[in-house]
Amino acid sequence: MSGDATPREIAVVAFAQTDHRRTTDELSEVEMLMPVLHGVLEQTGLKTADIGFTCSGSSDYLAGRAFSFTLALDGVGAWPPISESHVEMDGAWALYEAWVKLLTGDADTALVYSYGKSSPGSVRDVLTRQLDPYYVAPLWPDAVALAALQAQALIDAGDTDEPALAAVAARSRTDASANSHAQVRGSVPQGDYVVRPLRTGDCPPVGDGAAAVILAAGDRARELCERPAWIRGIDHRIEAHGLGVRELTDSPSTRLAAEKAGVFERPVDTAELHAPFTAQEVVLRKALRLGDDVRVNPSGGALAANPVMAAGLIRVGEAAARIHRGESDRALAHATSGPCLQQNLVAVLEGDPR
Amino acid sequence: MPEILKAPLVLEFPFTRSLGPVQSAFLSGLRERVVLGVKTGDGRTLVPPVEYDPVTAEEIRDLVEVGATGTVTTWAWNHEPRRGQPLGTPFAWVLVRLDGADTALLHALDVPGPDDVRTGMRVRVRWAEERTGAITDIACFEPYDGEEGHQPAAHSGEFEDMVTGIVAEARLDYVYSPGRAQTDYIRALSEQRTVGERCPSCRKVYVPPRGACPTCGVATAEHVEVGPRGTVTTFCIVNIKAKNLDIEVPYVYAHIALDGADLALHGRIGGIPYDQVRMGLRVEAVWSEGGRYPDHYRPTGEPDADYDVYKELL
Ligand SMILES: [Zn+2]
Repeated sequence: MSGDATPREIAVVAFAQTDHRRTTDELSEVEMLMPVLHGVLEQTGLKTADIGFTCSGSSDYLAGRAFSFTLALDGVGAWPPISESHVEMDGAWALYEAWVKLLTGDADTALVYSYGKSSPGSVRDVLTRQLDPYYVAPLWPDAVALAALQAQALIDAGDTDEPALAAVAARSRTDASANSHAQVRGSVPQGDYVVRPLRTGDCPPVGDGAAAVILAAGDRARELCERPAWIRGIDHRIEAHGLGVRELTDSPSTRLAAEKAGVFERPVDTAELHAPFTAQEVVLRKALRLGDDVRVNPSGGALAANPVMAAGLIRVGEAAARIHRGESDRALAHATSGPCLQQNLVAVLEGDPR
Repeated sequence: MPEILKAPLVLEFPFTRSLGPVQSAFLSGLRERVVLGVKTGDGRTLVPPVEYDPVTAEEIRDLVEVGATGTVTTWAWNHEPRRGQPLGTPFAWVLVRLDGADTALLHALDVPGPDDVRTGMRVRVRWAEERTGAITDIACFEPYDGEEGHQPAAHSGEFEDMVTGIVAEARLDYVYSPGRAQTDYIRALSEQRTVGERCPSCRKVYVPPRGACPTCGVATAEHVEVGPRGTVTTFCIVNIKAKNLDIEVPYVYAHIALDGADLALHGRIGGIPYDQVRMGLRVEAVWSEGGRYPDHYRPTGEPDADYDVYKELL
């Protein structure tokens, strides 16, 4: 952030997520979501009526139903009327909208939540519907196939190989052992090819889950949280939609977003990267110039739990929670959307000096 | 916990999409076995072509013909083809830079196994026998042992009988579960009972229950049987016959506050001429033989309810 006027300070003050599971048949979306909404409200002592702005992220294609987000609104207590918005994207982008709303001074607190139930459908097929409808979607290339093209491009470029990808998978799931919310934890076989060169171990688990955070501005944040995770910068950028136009081994949009968010001004100690496929972590580490001294995905990342539409918001939440707990002083959070890292959001979070 | 209901849900949607001038030329070209690209301001040739330069966002229209042969820039082996994909046998997904192009096109490559594909291999288009002006007019790619030689040549982009639109067919399959609260509701209906849930905070009874109180934002769980009688709170007269609906028009569709419920649900009113339905009319559910939900609601013959009794439920 730069400019003449000093912008309002805005922080993540609370974070909650569900236990991510392969199926949650017994719960509707709102039933799955409510515990995390109550979780962040309890952490801050806020009531629904205290929240200045509410923003959510989800997808009708996952739900198999039009305007599906309106049913989830029952969980936030939307009567009497509240100030509310929705993005048909990962909740990280809902957080971006809420951050902008708080910057304008229109609100002092914001509730951001997102959720996704992948279990009713086939998420590989569902995600084909976000592709270019003229040249790409009619071929039904699924999400794993597109990620595999990117992985092979990295292998051809000498940026990685299959054992290195397996090591990313193993490290992620080992780290997830300490994360009680994760869906896949501990030692997991790398498995057979799904779409070569990606094996089951290189791919995220398919599952259901939800997350919520509360943002607050300035002194309000200090009242609500002992050590707020201040958002020092946040930016999101997009690549050309044509896969064959992009350089798949790099992520210029991530690098640009990081630059605009101020990532490169000082080192970060933690990075929560939204890399659903192992090879994407290789791309992101390079784009973000992360050294071996940076703790990457201590939560286990999206390879341990990837509730579609919530996994990016969870990266922001996990990074913030480490600051809340005093385990990090300056953390980077990244979220992605679209095939092969098409859209990328980067945030820098900092705790007050100790 | 009783078993949660599940049912298959199929969504099919044929979006009709119009094409801009560049996409129209490209897809018309494929129908005639001609592959077109578009030149950007800095002289690069994009295949497949787009209407706006991905770098400068300038409108671009400068069409060129490129080769139907090309080079694989990356690939992935798909040993289990899925519904809708170009080939039913195992194949490689490939990005192919066609001769004369600077960018790559996504498609399928027909080779026996993963050992028969590598980055840098030469391939050519295998045309579909029946071509309609769609990306699937390229059936797939196949190996080709010729050298690269094609230079892009200017092309008017004009063909007889231009393709101006496509139908983007989609089908997604789900196994849908309505969750606990709505499962309970649907199960009770199959026993010809209507069950709502009471909010522990504001004490309102919601029908149908969705597991949460939209006012308080808290979970609801306490079952409350409501009805079977209720009051028409408001209604409309439907004069348009819906597709696949075997009901004579005009008919009345109404909001009905079942006795004991704090929210009106909606249903069709029968057993009374449409122009005699009124606010306050007392009705009861009518279940058809083997029906899993009320077919319609009919007058009970009781005196009308006082406005004051149901005004909060409008
Ligand atoms: Zn209530």
